[in-house]
Amino acid sequence: MNKKNIIHLACFTGIVILVQLLTQWTDTAYYLTQLTMIAYYSLLIIGLCTLMGYAGQISLGHAGFFGIGGYISAALTSHNLIPYQENTLVKMLNNNGFLVGREDLYGEALLSFHPWPACIIAISFTFITAFIIGIPVLKLKGHYLAMATLGFGIIIYRVVLATEVFGEADGLSEVPGFQLLPGLVVSGDFGARVENYYIAWSLVLIGIVLLLNLTNSRVGRALRSIHGSEEAAEAMGVNTARYKLYIFVLSAVFAALAGIFLTHYNGGIGPSETGILKSVRYVAIVAIGGMANIWGPLIMGVILNFMSLRGMLGTYDDAVFGVILILVMLFAPHGILRLNIWEKCRTIFPLTASKPTRLKENQ
Amino acid sequence: MELLEVKNLNRYFGGLQAVADVSFNVQEGMIKAVIGPNGAGKTTLFNLIAGNVPPSSGTIMFHSDSIHKLPTHQIARLGISRTFQNIKLFRGMTALENVMVGRHVRTKAGFMASMLKLPWTHREEKEILEKSMELLKFVGIAEYHDVDAYSLSFGQQRAVEMARALATNPSLLLLDEPAAGLNTHETLEIAKLITKVRDLGITVLLVEHDMSLVMDISEEIVVLSFGQKIAEDTPTAIQKNKEVIQIYLGEEDA
Repeated sequence: MNKKNIIHLACFTGIVILVQLLTQWTDTAYYLTQLTMIAYYSLLIIGLCTLMGYAGQISLGHAGFFGIGGYISAALTSHNLIPYQENTLVKMLNNNGFLVGREDLYGEALLSFHPWPACIIAISFTFITAFIIGIPVLKLKGHYLAMATLGFGIIIYRVVLATEVFGEADGLSEVPGFQLLPGLVVSGDFGARVENYYIAWSLVLIGIVLLLNLTNSRVGRALRSIHGSEEAAEAMGVNTARYKLYIFVLSAVFAALAGIFLTHYNGGIGPSETGILKSVRYVAIVAIGGMANIWGPLIMGVILNFMSLRGMLGTYDDAVFGVILILVMLFAPHGILRLNIWEKCRTIFPLTASKPTRLKENQ
Repeated sequence: MELLEVKNLNRYFGGLQAVADVSFNVQEGMIKAVIGPNGAGKTTLFNLIAGNVPPSSGTIMFHSDSIHKLPTHQIARLGISRTFQNIKLFRGMTALENVMVGRHVRTKAGFMASMLKLPWTHREEKEILEKSMELLKFVGIAEYHDVDAYSLSFGQQRAVEMARALATNPSLLLLDEPAAGLNTHETLEIAKLITKVRDLGITVLLVEHDMSLVMDISEEIVVLSFGQKIAEDTPTAIQKNKEVIQIYLGEEDA
C-alpha cells in the first residue's frame, strides 16, 4: 500500500465518521438509513469496477448475483422449517447448530437457518454460479459479452419471479437481522441505526483495502495487461482465460455479499433488485465514475444512489440512469471526474481550435 | 544443441496454405533470421511457434518437448518469449509496469495472497521491481520508467517490448520485425541490443525485412516464399543463392 492509498483511505474514513456526526448534530439521523443502503450498493460497485475498469470485462448481470446472494440468504433465514422438523436432514442441521428457533411477529414458533450458515451457502452458490456462467461467457468480447451477461440477468429475474420459495412478485419479507458477532446485528432496527451505518461502511472499507491491494499487485498488473492487449498478455505467460474468470467470480461474490447484507438490513428483498435496470444502473455508475479507479465509481455511486433512494429523481429514476449512461459514453468515456473541459470544447468546436499534435509514429 | 526443431509444419487458412511443409532447426545460442517477401508466411510461422495459432499438421519441439499443442501462456512459461510486429504494449501502464508484467510467469502471488498482501508477496514485489528496472537499464531507457509506455517514441516502445519479453527469462526470443518503422540510427541501436541479448546466452529467432540488419547480425537465415522454405544457409551463402535473388529481384530474362 503506497502513501497515496493510505491518504485516500484516511480521507474516506474521516468522511464516513464526519457524515455520521453531521447527521447527529443536525438531527437528521434518518439519512443514515439511506447511507447504510448506499454502503452495501457500494460494495457491489467497487467489485464491478475492478472487473470493468481493470480487467476490461463488462457485466450486465451483476444485479443477478446481488439477487442470488440476497434471495438465498433471505429464503434460508425466513422459511419456517418446523413442519419438516422430523426430517433427518433438518434434524441433523438443527443438532449441528445451523438452525435457530425464534418467534415471528404473531408469537408463533419459527425454525430457520442461522444467518451465518445461510450467508456461507449463498456465497458458495454465487461462487459456483459465477464459475459456471463465466467459463463459456467470458470467451466472448465487447458487446457479445454484454449481451450474454444481460441474458443471465434476465434469467435470474424471471426465475425469482416464478419461484414460490422466493415469494414470486412479492419477494421475501420478514427476514431476520444478521448477527455478525454477539451484540453486532445487521438489521433495520431503529435503535441500531448508527451501529449499522458503521458496520456497513466498515465492510466497504475492508472491501476497498482488499481490492486496492489486489490492483497494486502481480495479479492487478496481469488484469490490466489483459485490458491493454490480450494477445500480448498471453504471450507474457498470463493465463488470460483464468484471470478473467477469477475476477468475474470475485466481483460476483462482492455483489452477493452486498445482496446478503442489504437484504438482512432491509428485512426483505424484491424481484426488482435483480432486474436488468439495476444492472444497467451499476454499469452506469461505474462508467460515470471513470472505471479504472475505485474512488470515482464509489463517489458517484454514493451521490446517485443517495438521490435515487431519497426520491430526488422521482418516477424517472431508471430513465435518469439510462440517460447518464448514454451521456457518459458520448462525452466522458473516462468518467466525469476526469473530464477535461478544454479538451471537450476542442472536440466540440474543432474549427476554432488548433489540431492536437499527434506523434508521427502512429501511422 | 538444437533448441527449437520445426518439422514438416503446415498451416492452412481456408484454401490458402500460409506455411507449407516447413522444417528447420535453431541451435542454442545463435541468432537466426527468417526472411521472405510480403505474404511469405513469416508472421504465421511465428504465431505457430508462439502458440497463437495451432498448426494444421507438423510438429514443433522445444528443448526436445513438443509444444505445438500448448496454449501460448504455457509456451511462455517454458521459455519462449516474443515481441510483436505492430507493437503491443499494455495501454495505460507505464514502461516499468509493462516490463513488470513480463515477470508474471516467474512469480506466483495469486488472488488471495495479493488481496491479503501476505508478507512473502512483499519480497516478490521487490524482486519484480528490481529485475524490471535492471532490464529497462539493459535496453537503455531506465530514465523513462515512469512514463506511459505509449507516449514513448517508436524506438523506445520497441525497447520496452524487448525488456518485457526478456523479463520472462526466455531461452528463446522471437522478434517479429524488430526494425520495422525505425530509422537507420535506431536500427543500429536495436542490432546492438539483439547481439547483447545473444551474448546473455539467449537464442534469438527474428523475422525481418531490413536486409542490412539481417545480414549483419544473423548467423543463419531461412528464406520463405509462398509458405515454403526455399533456402537455409549462412548470410554470405544466401546473398549468392540464385533462387533467393530471383525472389527478391525478379527473373532476369523474363
